Amino acid sequence: MSAGTLYDKVWDLHRVAQLPGGSTQLFIGLHLIHEVTSPQAFAALKDLGLRVRLPERTVATVDHIVPTTSQARPFADPLAEEMLATLERNCSDYGIPLHGLGSGRQGIVHVIAPELGLTQPGMTVACGDSHTSTHGAFGAIAFGIGTSQVRDVLASQSLSMGKLKVRRIWVEGQLQPGVYAKDLVLHIIRVLGVKGGVGYAYEFAGPAIDALAMEERMTLCNMAIEGGARCGYVNPDAVTFAYLEGRPYAPKAEGWERAVAWWRGLASGADAVFDDEVRFDAAAIAPTVTWGITPGQGIGVDETVPTLEQTEPDERPLAQEAYRYMDLQPGTPIAGTRVDVCFIGSCTNGRLSDLQAAAAVAKGRHVAPGIKAFVVPGSEQVAAAAVAEGLDRVFREAGFEWREPGCSMCLAMNPDRLEGRQISASSSNRNFKGRQGSASGRTLLMSPAMVAAAAIAGKVCDVRQMINTTP
Amino acid sequence: MTAAMTTSSFPLGPIAAVLGRAVVIAGDDIDTDRIIPARFLKCVTFDGLGEQVFADDRAELSGEHPFDRAELQGASVLVVNRNFGCGSSREHAPQALMRWGIRAVVGESFAEIFYGNCLALGIPCFTASHASVLSLQDQLIADPDQELNLSLATASLEDSRGQLWQLELQAGPQQMLASGQWDATSQLLAHDSELTRTAESLPYINGF
Repeated sequence: MSAGTLYDKVWDLHRVAQLPGGSTQLFIGLHLIHEVTSPQAFAALKDLGLRVRLPERTVATVDHIVPTTSQARPFADPLAEEMLATLERNCSDYGIPLHGLGSGRQGIVHVIAPELGLTQPGMTVACGDSHTSTHGAFGAIAFGIGTSQVRDVLASQSLSMGKLKVRRIWVEGQLQPGVYAKDLVLHIIRVLGVKGGVGYAYEFAGPAIDALAMEERMTLCNMAIEGGARCGYVNPDAVTFAYLEGRPYAPKAEGWERAVAWWRGLASGADAVFDDEVRFDAAAIAPTVTWGITPGQGIGVDETVPTLEQTEPDERPLAQEAYRYMDLQPGTPIAGTRVDVCFIGSCTNGRLSDLQAAAAVAKGRHVAPGIKAFVVPGSEQVAAAAVAEGLDRVFREAGFEWREPGCSMCLAMNPDRLEGRQISASSSNRNFKGRQGSASGRTLLMSPAMVAAAAIAGKVCDVRQMINTTP
Repeated sequence: MTAAMTTSSFPLGPIAAVLGRAVVIAGDDIDTDRIIPARFLKCVTFDGLGEQVFADDRAELSGEHPFDRAELQGASVLVVNRNFGCGSSREHAPQALMRWGIRAVVGESFAEIFYGNCLALGIPCFTASHASVLSLQDQLIADPDQELNLSLATASLEDSRGQLWQLELQAGPQQMLASGQWDATSQLLAHDSELTRTAESLPYINGF
């Protein structure tokens, strides 16, 4: 059993009571809500005649259903309009702050909470969205919940939870140029599998993790859930504190000094005990691309689609299903696979540094004929910062569309989606069948720089060859 | 797409057993996007989800999907393989299954958020070994008319031939479902003074 880890410390600090059935009542420090998983929770609250216990500890935004072309109200889609109107009414009725469209602070919930300084080390963070694991980048214990649990957090500012085991994922060495946190996490999931993390919290540590910027740590923790781990985290350090200082909701003045001291003490100690440990070498990781229908079906861009013989026996049925669905042949190189649509954005890779990396590839080049390529900033703040640097112009001149912030084609609950058998190069997090809005649409997951490279080449290619040559 | 809506009511109170026929969905890593595609999440109530469960898979199989087969209409037990319900945290997935008629799931393993979402609806998720689930699935496919009896107290499944299948059900959920305390809200509200004390002890709640 783990002891002395950040997970253990934060868990103990937030324990409220022991519940019948053996689960723990855990206090939730930050509750994030959005338009998709909250309406039924508010309706249940109303039915039960309950109030919101601590409205000031819940924060709302709108992200999943917003169009990324015109965000004028009312939306063209009446269902989308109804969902946003319902969120607005619920937030107003219960006194919950809402960072809405045009506020300057709207965006994907997992992008705005960190950039506003809402997410802080040592917190418990819950949200009705599985990618809540993102917030673990700050040394928070953050996890996705269902709508009944959203109701519970609204009503009681707490959840009934079971404690997870802790697996330390120790990453030696440094990522090579052209290899990003996205490649690292796709590689980790490739090795440990999409169910390898079930029952675990993932602690990411080691020299390669220490060297990651905050936005890269967010990408890494974001996809912990794709490896089956409900939460992933990085111990807070000077990188974390430098990111947080001066953000709107970060502590100020003397409070800041006390906060930093408290945060430092939460990190897993040298004597921490883990339930499991796995080691990786960052230097050995190539830009990674998925070829199949789960995020675990990934390979280096210089590799070939694995054959059945190269696949573990119990993974073979899924591999066969993936060959059929993706129409990719085992044993063929993934590089050179033609794509139709290129999407840069999402809670995984829609932050400023992601757009910078993609723009560096796009600058002075042009999207290949027949390719639809678009960039969706993760938030209004990301969009403003990117525009201030002229990234929007770089992308437009290269033939990419520059869109308004939202979840966009990650899950296609808005007008952005694949059509028919189209195949996308996507910086998002899931390549499930039908994920991007077409029941037969196909998704290749990769880093934003790799998506930009695919857009320019019209096919999957190794971004390392583009960043080493001038256009 | 036929709507096979259950006429029985949703789970309420103590749950001792789940009775009925079973539907088999074979395959590992079946994600919640498969169970309920994202376009159906554009709703402010869960009411219509039963008809939309596995919508894309059903459309692809044009009537041959287990959830569309005439002999499986009215089934209340779902038998699945490994890591069922992975991916998105959408409670719409178990809601859609429940509104189609599912009252219990038997599988090799479940994604955690899905498991918790089922529990919050009063739907027990039993587990069994790989060999046992495969064997059960084979038998159910061969003889889909069997009336099963899943007991929560003994975590076992009795088929209509009288064969007993030993399953597992985590002790906590077993106790919560059997006692009718699977809906956590009232338990959480019962500890409000302790909650206040916990909040007061947290530096970030109190300006450090």
